[in-house]
Amino acid sequence: MRHLLTTETLTRADALAILDVAEDMAEVATRAVPKLPTLRGRTVANVFFEDSTRTRLSFETAAKRLSADVVTFSAKGSSVSKGESLKDTTQTLAAMGVDAMVLRHSASGAAEVLAASDWIDAAVVNAGDGTHQHPTQALLDAFTLRKSLHGDASRGRDLDGVRVTIVGDVLHSRVARSNVWLLATLGAHVHLVGPRTLLPVGVETWPVTTGTDLDEAIAARPDAVMMLRVQQERMHAAYFPHEREYSNVWGLGDDRLDRLPADTIVMHPGPMNRGLEISARAADSPRSVILDQVANGVSIRMAVLYLVLSGSDPREAAA
Amino acid sequence: MTTLLIRGAQLPDGTRTDLLIDGGVVAERGDGLTKLGATIVDADGLVALPGLVDLHTHLREPGFEASETVLTGTRAAAAGGFTAVHAMANTSPVQDTAGVVEQVASLGAQHGYATVRPVGAVTVGLAGERLSEIGAMARSRAAVRVFSDDGKCVADALLMRRALEYVATFDGVIAQHAQEPRLTEGAQMNEGALSSELGLAGWPAVAEEAIIARDVLLADAVGARLHICHLSTAGSVEVVRWAKARGIRVTAEVTPHHLLLTEQLVADASDPYLPRYDARFKVNPPLRRDEDVHALRAALADGTIDIVATDHAPHPVETKECAWQEASFGMVGLESALSVVQAAMVDTGLLEWSDVARVLSRVPAEIGRLEGYDAPFEPGSPAHLTLVDPAARSVFGPGSLRGKGVNSPYFGRELPGRVIATIHAGVPTVLEGVLRAEEEVSHG
Repeated sequence: MRHLLTTETLTRADALAILDVAEDMAEVATRAVPKLPTLRGRTVANVFFEDSTRTRLSFETAAKRLSADVVTFSAKGSSVSKGESLKDTTQTLAAMGVDAMVLRHSASGAAEVLAASDWIDAAVVNAGDGTHQHPTQALLDAFTLRKSLHGDASRGRDLDGVRVTIVGDVLHSRVARSNVWLLATLGAHVHLVGPRTLLPVGVETWPVTTGTDLDEAIAARPDAVMMLRVQQERMHAAYFPHEREYSNVWGLGDDRLDRLPADTIVMHPGPMNRGLEISARAADSPRSVILDQVANGVSIRMAVLYLVLSGSDPREAAA
Repeated sequence: MTTLLIRGAQLPDGTRTDLLIDGGVVAERGDGLTKLGATIVDADGLVALPGLVDLHTHLREPGFEASETVLTGTRAAAAGGFTAVHAMANTSPVQDTAGVVEQVASLGAQHGYATVRPVGAVTVGLAGERLSEIGAMARSRAAVRVFSDDGKCVADALLMRRALEYVATFDGVIAQHAQEPRLTEGAQMNEGALSSELGLAGWPAVAEEAIIARDVLLADAVGARLHICHLSTAGSVEVVRWAKARGIRVTAEVTPHHLLLTEQLVADASDPYLPRYDARFKVNPPLRRDEDVHALRAALADGTIDIVATDHAPHPVETKECAWQEASFGMVGLESALSVVQAAMVDTGLLEWSDVARVLSRVPAEIGRLEGYDAPFEPGSPAHLTLVDPAARSVFGPGSLRGKGVNSPYFGRELPGRVIATIHAGVPTVLEGVLRAEEEVSHG
């Protein structure tokens, strides 16, 4: 695997291979010394044009568990505020000797533009581009789903027939986009729920079903409910009247939590707005796998860094 | 003054003739012309078009000389067969006073590659708040007749009404950039399934159509004429068609790129290995759907859309070598316009060469109140003409460009037609397919 840019073009075999390598990586975390020498001498740059402490820490942890050196570029207080471009920043880092760039950028397509350019030779891992994609998030979600369904027998399993309901601001969500394509590729049935203002134009062409009624979606007994974060900047932009109405109609409150089937899991990509899209009880309930998602994120990112830096076909690596 | 004898050119109406160009005018027209000392131009197999007139060009001078200057932009124009361009007002300082428009016009006259007709800003600083000195610009030596805040929409309905009324005083026209600002906040590409998949903020068709609908009604109410810049949607065509049927004095333009290219270029689904988000395809208004392209072609063919205008918009390389959202809107278009029109309209059988003469010369000149284009090829008329070889085909590349901008969407694409000669006021600016040197063209 040369880069990881989007889940749209990931094949089922490639996706499963990444998930299976991540299973191996997850085992490493349980050892007394949770570290592999695999990427010793390689350098991973976290290139964050947009703030995201969680994602950056997750990638950093993953790289360090594989013994890679990690350098971090963060836009805040850097020359980006002086207008330094994607091209100049990445070329500067490349000149210092970087083998992989983990790129977070507020512009959709930034990782693809970087990978397609002749600016750098390093592998590019998309850590979130605008409102487009966040592929490692979708992979860790798929991993978490698979684990919750199949436990230790997860290796090699796809998500055929698994029903996942994603709720909220799909329009602006790279998490939703990444999951829609990956989960569909893995055979899951994805149902999107939210107000019409937050469902994208043309969503009927996506490999999903859609609705606006969360109670109806819950009554359909999904295997997982994934609540999306409501961003502050949406609150006053006429997408919905106010937070309480959003919370009442599309939030996973205690009442809805109690109506979920016993084995339905609750997911959230974080960071959560407790009391808005998800109640505290839902977030902390036994069916919540939100912290598993965080832990699995490290395993997935270890797998991805290993695969792009070992340069091998993920299917061979998994074999 | 150069004396030119053009032998055996095919005029737009299909007749074949010799043309003698002398003293800046078409001196004689007929078979078997001779003239001692004249430069002979063998036009066998070539189509003679009247000099092309662009109603929508960004020359960027003053203020953005890194992108283009009057000299480089008019060189690009000449290379594309144009003899007159209307230079949009979004310069720095903005073309909102008599002084600035006179400066731009005189730079054009000095360089000689094309007549430069400055477009005056409708509002001071393009800010959309107060009317600029429309009268002063109209009465200046630049004799401005087209007023536009292009790049920005005159969104305020009252201001638009007043502008339409006021320019009518000077036989001027408002060229509206139809883009409802609130509906297009942060917009990046045509709104639809593709924008949603790519995570790029959508630019809905209604943002253009709603303004056009409002403005044709305003123009009707005050009895003024209105010009719509760069129509891009099938719905806009319907609105203009309705307005014309009602007798409203509206004219409309389409760009060459909206006649040929679609939004699919932002992400060519047929080829997963082609890079997506290539900012060369980022333009305002955005590339639209295939259905829109076909509606625009049909509207140009049936006269609903009056003219083709390039919206030549040069930008420095670094503003396109970046993430899509950070890139500038715009494409260069002067050098490719005629070839693209041939590909989209002539080779498809939708337009004859006489129609091309109409949509790329006579009518844009009429809208801009530019004299000298009403009777091309008639003895005594100013000698503005273009010889094109319609049988030529070549792959468009950076070498095809003559301006400063290299932000063309056509690189690597085979296009028909080649400009063999461009003659501006009797002076050849392109001869034997080669752009002539500044000292051979300059007036001073």
